Amino acid sequence: MTTQHVLSLLVENKPGILTRVAALFARRGYNIESLAVGTTEIEGVSRITVVVSLDGLPLEQVTKQLNKLINVLKIVELEEETSVARDHMLVKVRTDSSTRSQVLEAVTLFRARVIDVVSDAVVIEVTGDTAKCQAFLKVLEPFGIKELVQSGAIAVSRGSKSMSEKVLR
Amino acid sequence: MATETLTGAQALIRSLELLGVDTVFGLPGGAILPTYDPLMDSKKLRHILVRHEQGAGHAAEGYAAASGRVGVCIATSGPGATNLVTAIADAHMDSVPMLAITGQVNSFAIGTDAFQEADIVGITMPITKHSFLVTRAEDIPGVVAAAYEIATTGRPGPVLIDFAKDAQNGKFEFSWPPKIDLPGFRPITDPHGKQVQAAAELILKSHKPILYVGGGVIRAEASNELLALAELLHAPVTTTLMARGAFPDSHPQHLGMPGMHGTVPAVTALQKSDLLITLGARFDDRVTGDIKSFAKGAKVIHVDIDPAEIGKIRHADVPIVGDAKVVILMLIAELKAQMKNSRPDYEDWWVFLNGLKERYPLGYSETEDGKLSPQYVIQRIGELSGPEAIFAAGVGQHQMWSAQFIKYERPNSWLNSGGLGTMGYAVPAAMGAKVAQPDRLVWAIDGDGCFQMTNQELATCTINDIPIKVAIINNSSLGMVRQWQTLFYNSRYSNTDLNTGTDTIMVPDFVKLGEAYGCLAIRVEKIEDVDAAIKLAMETNDRPVVIDFIVGRDAMVWPMVPSGISNDAVQYARDAAPIWDGDE
Repeated sequence: MTTQHVLSLLVENKPGILTRVAALFARRGYNIESLAVGTTEIEGVSRITVVVSLDGLPLEQVTKQLNKLINVLKIVELEEETSVARDHMLVKVRTDSSTRSQVLEAVTLFRARVIDVVSDAVVIEVTGDTAKCQAFLKVLEPFGIKELVQSGAIAVSRGSKSMSEKVLR
Repeated sequence: MATETLTGAQALIRSLELLGVDTVFGLPGGAILPTYDPLMDSKKLRHILVRHEQGAGHAAEGYAAASGRVGVCIATSGPGATNLVTAIADAHMDSVPMLAITGQVNSFAIGTDAFQEADIVGITMPITKHSFLVTRAEDIPGVVAAAYEIATTGRPGPVLIDFAKDAQNGKFEFSWPPKIDLPGFRPITDPHGKQVQAAAELILKSHKPILYVGGGVIRAEASNELLALAELLHAPVTTTLMARGAFPDSHPQHLGMPGMHGTVPAVTALQKSDLLITLGARFDDRVTGDIKSFAKGAKVIHVDIDPAEIGKIRHADVPIVGDAKVVILMLIAELKAQMKNSRPDYEDWWVFLNGLKERYPLGYSETEDGKLSPQYVIQRIGELSGPEAIFAAGVGQHQMWSAQFIKYERPNSWLNSGGLGTMGYAVPAAMGAKVAQPDRLVWAIDGDGCFQMTNQELATCTINDIPIKVAIINNSSLGMVRQWQTLFYNSRYSNTDLNTGTDTIMVPDFVKLGEAYGCLAIRVEKIEDVDAAIKLAMETNDRPVVIDFIVGRDAMVWPMVPSGISNDAVQYARDAAPIWDGDE
């Protein structure tokens, strides 16, 4: 059975690293559900959060192959129970005078924020786990979603330990 | 630290010299021209000008495989670099330490579809251990040293460095040694003691163990340690295609090669075993056949320096990540401690195995068309040349016969393209091997198909005084493909006829071709001439030798396990499966 896994990679911020990581999945025919890349608290080190649907054995193989990449410093799988994951979404929703208040009500309920308003649309930002974001989208759907952009999940372990500890000797 | 103002090109040459590189195989072109200028002045680097970059790549592989040192090849940008691709992929599959150096267009022109521009770093990403694009001269010493470190440390492999032309031309203050900055590269060479202990326990509990030895043992230079382990246990040994020579063929515990064309004793021993002691092998499909039915009753100890190999194909009951040499030494010590003065009793196992060896030795039947038996020719080359020689093969029937009928007694004496299966490997690899080991007799045992892919390097051999011997096992066809057509496609020979035999239009005539390249070239058609021809080749050292052995085209490689079928169905000869006792 395939389940979603969140892999967190610390990588050297070198040209081509994203290609190398993505190619490992592509070559084996594994689909990346989401991908988020950014710099970290350490200069020259970036963090890649990959969400993939895989069963156990291929996941182990992909992790080992990723570890072989020279520019990959560390990989951890972030389990749901011991980590927090968030998606960030920007949604442009059709509104008019008759629907705007209902949309704003949904925004409040979901603790989202309106970041742009024009006469016939609003842009809303929302942050949360995947389930919350999907639920929010469902509520907005009847009004008409004109545009949707998502960050892909970013995730971090709970507690005080840091993934980047002991990474750079 | 003392510094010196150098160009990037000078720094590249200097770095290679300081790393101990003594030979590079290459061919210049526009984007690598700056590097070829200081190369001309180097007293420490011998550059061998090849006729095709693929030849440079395979020569670097042959150099590395024969000597255990890094092989280096150089090409220009674009087509020069893409011509290296096959050899790089080959080195990647067979874990050959190699540096591939390519020129690249000026850094400001990268991405503009400039003349002879190709994204070689992108192209080779999946077939290199790592790759670098260098756009600044001052990065060169650090990158070259890092590339060398990556290619040679842990599981060896090819590393490509792409040098933009302006990086070669730029000036900077050179100093040595540079800082090697590889925080993400930490190969594990020392195994976990507990795992070694568990392995020893499993071994001493087993009744039918077998040492399944792969090419990793050769790369780790662990043959002596393997011999000690095998003799301590008195366990049977099988050496894969990549490991031929890792354990002496003359040793009574050696069952031969496993796999699709392995010996019946080796294939069967793996199938019936209760413990595979896997050393530097990777459960390749050509060894396992149908994986679900492979060695079903066996537990697995898997020793490999690459953690990704462990559990990739077959679950390991005791996984051990580490250098084969280190692991084997630790295992010997642990076994001795656990065994005290007793020795495990594998008596029943040996009765079974010796029965197999007796009933199913390697053999062949004479050809029916009166032409030479290819197996005989290859066997005689091996017998007359002896174990100190080096044998490089192409890919196909002649490769399998060379793996079967030459007796290997030492590591690094058998060179071939095992993983990728690259036709055309033999001639340039033999050339590279001869350069690395000039005092050894070096044979390229090639097919008529393979030979036509890379024989241009005979020019390189003649001009640079590299007297290799080429034995063309000429069956006038793409023999292995033809064998499969015979067996699985109702003898419909679609596009496998090469017309190089004596009863065809003989294009090309290999004797004339060899002579055109300045070689001593002869044709052998009769069994009584075989030995004399081999001896003549061995005595001729003022130029390369090409012998066109005209062999029967219907000879087949046996034993055989058809592709994707269980190894239980190994056929000793066509329609002749071994007969098992009632209880099997």
